Amino acid sequence: MSLGYLTRRLFSVLLVLVIVSFAVFAITMILPGNAAVMILGEYATEDQLLALAEVLGLNRPWYIQYFEWAGNILQADWGMSLRLSLPVGEVVGDAFWNSASLAVTALVTVIIIAIPLGILAALYRGSKVDLGIGLFAYVGTAMPEFVTATLLLVFLAGSAGGYLPAGGFIAPNESFPGFVSHVILPAGTLGLILMAHIARQVRSEMSDVLASDYIRAARLKGLRERTVIRRHALPNSLAPAVAVISLDIGYLLGGIIVVEEIFAWPGLGRLLIYALENRDLPVIQAITLLLAAVYALSNLFSDLVIAALDPRVRY
Amino acid sequence: MSDFVRHPAGVAGAILLTIIALAVLFGPLVAPYDPQAFHTTVRLQGPSADHWLGTDQFGRDLLSRLLFGARSTIAFGVGATMISVIAGSLIGVTAGVVGGWIDSVIMRGLDGMLAVPDLLFVLLIVTMLGAGTGEAMLAVSIAFTPGMARISRSSVLSIRTREYVLAAVARGESQRYIILSEVIPNAIGPIIVEGTIRVSFAIMIGATLGFLGMGAQPPSTEWGLMVSEARQFMYRSPWVVAVPGLAIAVAAMGFNLFGDALRDAFDPRRSR
Repeated sequence: MSLGYLTRRLFSVLLVLVIVSFAVFAITMILPGNAAVMILGEYATEDQLLALAEVLGLNRPWYIQYFEWAGNILQADWGMSLRLSLPVGEVVGDAFWNSASLAVTALVTVIIIAIPLGILAALYRGSKVDLGIGLFAYVGTAMPEFVTATLLLVFLAGSAGGYLPAGGFIAPNESFPGFVSHVILPAGTLGLILMAHIARQVRSEMSDVLASDYIRAARLKGLRERTVIRRHALPNSLAPAVAVISLDIGYLLGGIIVVEEIFAWPGLGRLLIYALENRDLPVIQAITLLLAAVYALSNLFSDLVIAALDPRVRY
Repeated sequence: MSDFVRHPAGVAGAILLTIIALAVLFGPLVAPYDPQAFHTTVRLQGPSADHWLGTDQFGRDLLSRLLFGARSTIAFGVGATMISVIAGSLIGVTAGVVGGWIDSVIMRGLDGMLAVPDLLFVLLIVTMLGAGTGEAMLAVSIAFTPGMARISRSSVLSIRTREYVLAAVARGESQRYIILSEVIPNAIGPIIVEGTIRVSFAIMIGATLGFLGMGAQPPSTEWGLMVSEARQFMYRSPWVVAVPGLAIAVAAMGFNLFGDALRDAFDPRRSR
């Protein structure tokens, strides 16, 4: 992989983020009611609104407002939350790490479980194991997060189960067992849909690899089946698996919005719902940009991993 | 098509979709009760001879609500996807056929839109438009359009270099004829497959919006809203949240299975 490729990819990530920032800014500009209405409330008089709009610079042309806003963000100044009277950077920063702890837990668990499941299904194609995994994959991908979450709550946190807390958050550095007991249900909810999808994709990639000529050649050479799988099949199905996982990070980032709301997890998703309900524009803009940036960077990272794993990928 | 019949996932999907289609078409006609009628003496009850799927917190018959809700839930998913398929293929085919800098500009714009997770995108648009079924449907179709545009573009690009298109060019056919009679009919397969699978996502996002209070509004019988309304009673009677929740899963699964089988039928290289 050449340095040129890396620079080009970094540049395209930047370009995507600029486009997203345009889109986010445009959407929040079209939102009914500007920041002045949100600060003063709906009973403010016309004069008060005009005066505040003047102070905030809301009656300047949109492109001047955009460049000022974007310029401030580049200097790590995200503005003030209209509802919480705190700097956006502070509010969003805390929420970001809380979300990251949830998302990373879910992702790592999923990868550890889903990839072996997919490989198992491909190795024992058409068997009961394959059928069971396939069925799980279809049911899993068809359940929206709020349904899974509700069912998990009923069975594992209700009076029937009652083992796990129904919601809330304890930071991992405060009490690790506390964090684990609170993270199981939300991470499990996020994990189910991803696990189902990733297992299914890994199965189909692995099946394609197993049906390929070089696997046949390896078998005809008289290699032991274990060697064929370990040295030839697994490494070649790994790169596509990474590609699938990186696309699924998009689902994960959408999923945390609902899951955090249901389990009262104080992360970006819950903050976003609060900000949307209260029309807290600076917070909405910051979270959207942040999630898009995480998604774009994770895609970049996975492209690099794929290039490193697969010698045929040359850029 | 004979392949399709022997495809177990296809058969399962077709059966599920038939059940769903029957509920959408005839549900309100066969529903045993008025979906909004309160039966105060039988609140939060499990299944019985009178109420096959039990009753909710107001004593409303769950089977009747489910049958009435099929229309709003399924029509939402199919409608939103159809709008995005039409808009997306128009954009994608235009970009693929015209090429050049217009293609580059369109594709970069789509990349930017695709960088925002679907649900987040939908939530932003719904907040802009206001909560409601129509608004939610428009939001989902806008959010799905970039993905559909990308697929139709790549499908057009791969077909443009096929022999039969080159043959048409060599015969001296007009650009218009080539696009309408050679490219589009052959590009439509992947678009239909992707559209079918996306209906299941649209249904799930629509139900999620109903659940969050940003889609269908009470007293609608939309399934996501039913789950949301029954949640405060879920520990007392899990039944009331499980019934609409599983109905959503069955609908989404039907479209998923059917779409997968369609893909295999369209793509002879994929072995089962």
